[in-house]
Amino acid sequence: MDFDLSEEQRLLQDSLAKLLADKYGFEQRKAYLKSKAGWSTEVWGQFAELGLLGLPFAEDEGGFGGGAVETMLVAEQLGRAIALEPWLTTVVIGGSFLRNGASAELRGELVPKIAAGELKLAFAQVERQSRYDLFDVLTSARKDGSGYVLNGRKGYVVHGDSAEKLIVTARTAGGQRDLKGIGVFLVDANAPGVQRRGYRTVDGQRAAEIELSDVRAEAVLGNPENGLPLVDQVVDEAIAALAGEAVGAMQVAHDMTVDYMKTRQQFGRPIGSFQALQHRAADMLVALEQARSMSLFAAMAVAERDPAERRKSMAAVKVQIGRSARFVGQQSIQLHGGIAMTIEYACGHYFKRLTVNDAMFGDADHYVRYLSDTGGLVQAA
Amino acid sequence: MDLRFTEEEIAFRREVRDFIARELPAATRERMIAGKSPTKEMVVEWQRKLNARGWAAPEWPKEAGGPGWSLAQRYIFREELQQAPAPSPLGFNINMCGPVIIEFGTEAQKQRFLPRMLNLDDWWCQGFSEPGAGSDLASLKTRAVREGDHYVVNGQKTWTTLAQHADWIFLLVRTDPTAKKQEGISFLLVDMKTPGITVRPIITIEGGHEVNEVFFDDVKVPVENLVGEENRGWDCAKFLLGNERFGQARVGASRERIRRLKVIAQESMDGGRPLMEDPDFRRKVTEIEVELKALEMTVMRVIATETKRKDKKPDPATSVLKIKGTEIQQMCAELLMKAAGPYAWVDGDPEGEDDGNEVDVAPDWALGLAGIYFNWRKQSIYGGSNEIQRNIMAKAFLGL
Ligand SMILES: Cc1cc2nc3c(=O)[nH]c(=O)nc-3n(C[C@H](O)[C@H](O)[C@H](O)COP(=O)(O)OP(=O)(O)OC[C@H]3O[C@@H](n4cnc5c(N)ncnc54)[C@H](O)[C@@H]3O)c2cc1C
Ligand SMILES: Cc1cc2nc3c(=O)[nH]c(=O)nc-3n(C[C@H](O)[C@H](O)[C@H](O)COP(=O)(O)OP(=O)(O)OC[C@H]3O[C@@H](n4cnc5c(N)ncnc54)[C@H](O)[C@@H]3O)c2cc1C
Repeated sequence: MDFDLSEEQRLLQDSLAKLLADKYGFEQRKAYLKSKAGWSTEVWGQFAELGLLGLPFAEDEGGFGGGAVETMLVAEQLGRAIALEPWLTTVVIGGSFLRNGASAELRGELVPKIAAGELKLAFAQVERQSRYDLFDVLTSARKDGSGYVLNGRKGYVVHGDSAEKLIVTARTAGGQRDLKGIGVFLVDANAPGVQRRGYRTVDGQRAAEIELSDVRAEAVLGNPENGLPLVDQVVDEAIAALAGEAVGAMQVAHDMTVDYMKTRQQFGRPIGSFQALQHRAADMLVALEQARSMSLFAAMAVAERDPAERRKSMAAVKVQIGRSARFVGQQSIQLHGGIAMTIEYACGHYFKRLTVNDAMFGDADHYVRYLSDTGGLVQAA
Repeated sequence: MDLRFTEEEIAFRREVRDFIARELPAATRERMIAGKSPTKEMVVEWQRKLNARGWAAPEWPKEAGGPGWSLAQRYIFREELQQAPAPSPLGFNINMCGPVIIEFGTEAQKQRFLPRMLNLDDWWCQGFSEPGAGSDLASLKTRAVREGDHYVVNGQKTWTTLAQHADWIFLLVRTDPTAKKQEGISFLLVDMKTPGITVRPIITIEGGHEVNEVFFDDVKVPVENLVGEENRGWDCAKFLLGNERFGQARVGASRERIRRLKVIAQESMDGGRPLMEDPDFRRKVTEIEVELKALEMTVMRVIATETKRKDKKPDPATSVLKIKGTEIQQMCAELLMKAAGPYAWVDGDPEGEDDGNEVDVAPDWALGLAGIYFNWRKQSIYGGSNEIQRNIMAKAFLGL
């Protein structure tokens, strides 16, 4: 067992930390958030230079050859900055679809563009009725000649407003909640029949509501009759990255709170001298460390070959990360008092991101149910 | 002991409910059901309707312009308003400053201010907290120096809720900097139009404007606007804070939120069926309902002992109401957000001001629910934080 980082991993972590320290102060982030795109194209370019955008792709395809640990390290740094760029959607989610579902030819075409920062992807999965069930799909894919034509409506497509290509789940067969009959399609975001309405979400990110009317898909990813296992695989990789992101954000929220407890004076002494608050901060640390452990577990378990086992592990990750994020987020506000209730103070932004992070692809409650329905983690003797 | 309401009280509840059904504007009600706070105009309009009916200040005695109700009637009335939902009588006027004037004010102050408070001719705000004086309120620094027939006020208040609407502010100021900290404080009434007052908005995490900083630069306040004795303002403050805690149980409001939650959970889908059919979700809601029932009984017990108390000191049991009441409200806000799923995350200003974001991608019932969850974290911070309430209980009940 070895929890130490390799030389390359440390280098990756440090250089990203340095870039973010330079480019992602709270005031800078505010400016990115206010800009029309809602994030920074300049920073995106620097991500490309650092190799973050080609991170998960094989080196001979123009990538960086990183694995789950590298993804976790990057996600954690981005979480520390509560960065707004479409890294998760393009590199983690898009990257996983391409690695696990695309032909070598298609990868050859797209990976270099992604790595260079010239192509952004978004995952159009959520529908109004679907909530957190990946298999609850009404959007349809009709076979037409050698390709497919899509119709339907997708919501909460994170970074769907700026992506050049969309990855869309749609039904080739079966009813709304059938596990079989789901396909995954690559769609040009500017193709005829695609209507996008971008909006800002409460955590400062961008998303889009997307309507597809007779949209011709560019390519099929994976098996169009049975794409759900691919979707599960990709979402599990996203969950591992979200865990890293949450740990980074929790760490900053906790640090900020403890620093404030040392400086804020009430009743003639620092509020950190009140034991009620010391214990709460200690409990936050317990929650944070449990989350950190689960993020490491995620980086390991996401490579598990048995999909059912992998799904259960990632459900467990979601539960712990969600519970910890909720507690750390809420208490970081509470221990600050009024100051953290203002939009000018960074802590609240971490709280908001942690709240949404918990719920992406399903919140802790959703995964507790999934895990208990599938037998939990410990077998009866 | 008989914990049931009498025939008369049941009839009174019906009367109140009928009045609300008849008089409450639909727009106000709809806005509140969506979880937004009513606009200034809505609050004023409603307060005047209540005043016309003689119901503007449920707790005030008859001679001050109140209805002279029994404790049970006051409770029923407030609960009916909250669960309608209708705006409550403006707290700053009716539950904070008004009672202080009734208790500690001069006859002239009562004549001058109370009728205008009842009719919301004057909107009041609360100028207690300062940047350096939050939980430790008595460390406040805003200075008032007596010069002839007026005080000159200098300093800063913060977190002043709805100061942007206010005509008047009630202030805690330091009049004797040499005295022990609680003993040099006075309670002043200040016209917001007085030269030297500046109000600056503070935007809260979800994007709303409800709190402000208020600056005082050589603000002249006539001596007749001092309430009670000079340097005895802390008595007024303690009296007021006890009333404030009491108001935070908000049992009717939580009942209304749970009702709303159940409506939304019929609209919102989970696992291919309405969320309300999910046993896990139902169990969570039910557990809150039980807590709320217990709180309701606790509120009634505190009300009942209130009549028997002779001193004017706040009942430490109100700390129980504050802690539990806010915890329940925060749980409701969280469940409402969760019920809406991904559509709760569209960033819309909960006060409904348009900042250009495309908000109509979400169903109406989902919009703003995350914002309310974020905003309601304030409830365990203000009105004496929930940690401070626990300190009060440890001291007052437990002798620790
Ligand atoms: C089943 C059992 C087996 C044990 N076996 C052994 C043994 O083999 N050898 C041995 O030497 N001892 C043993 N102990 C003793 C054990 O270590 C003590 O019980 C323990 O140190 C607590 O001391 P106490 O019981 O005197 O409680 P106290 O120290 O009086 O504590 C009472 C309460 O006050 C709290 N408290 C105390 N100080 C603080 C503080 N500064 N801040 C916040 N809270 C505080 C405690 O957490 C506790 O809740 C055993 C005890 C038990 C119950
Ligand atoms: C939305 C909002 C509206 C408000 N409206 C008004 C208003 O209209 N008028 C007004 O005058 N004020 C208002 N307030 C101010 C409110 O009363 C204060 O925020 C509150 O008293 C806490 O003070 P603080 O924010 O300075 O936090 P601090 O007092 O600095 O507290 C920070 C943390 O330390 C804890 N703490 C402090 N002392 C102790 C202790 N001894 N033991 C244990 N824990 C402790 C607190 O519980 C909190 O968790 C409002 C606040 C908010 C957020």
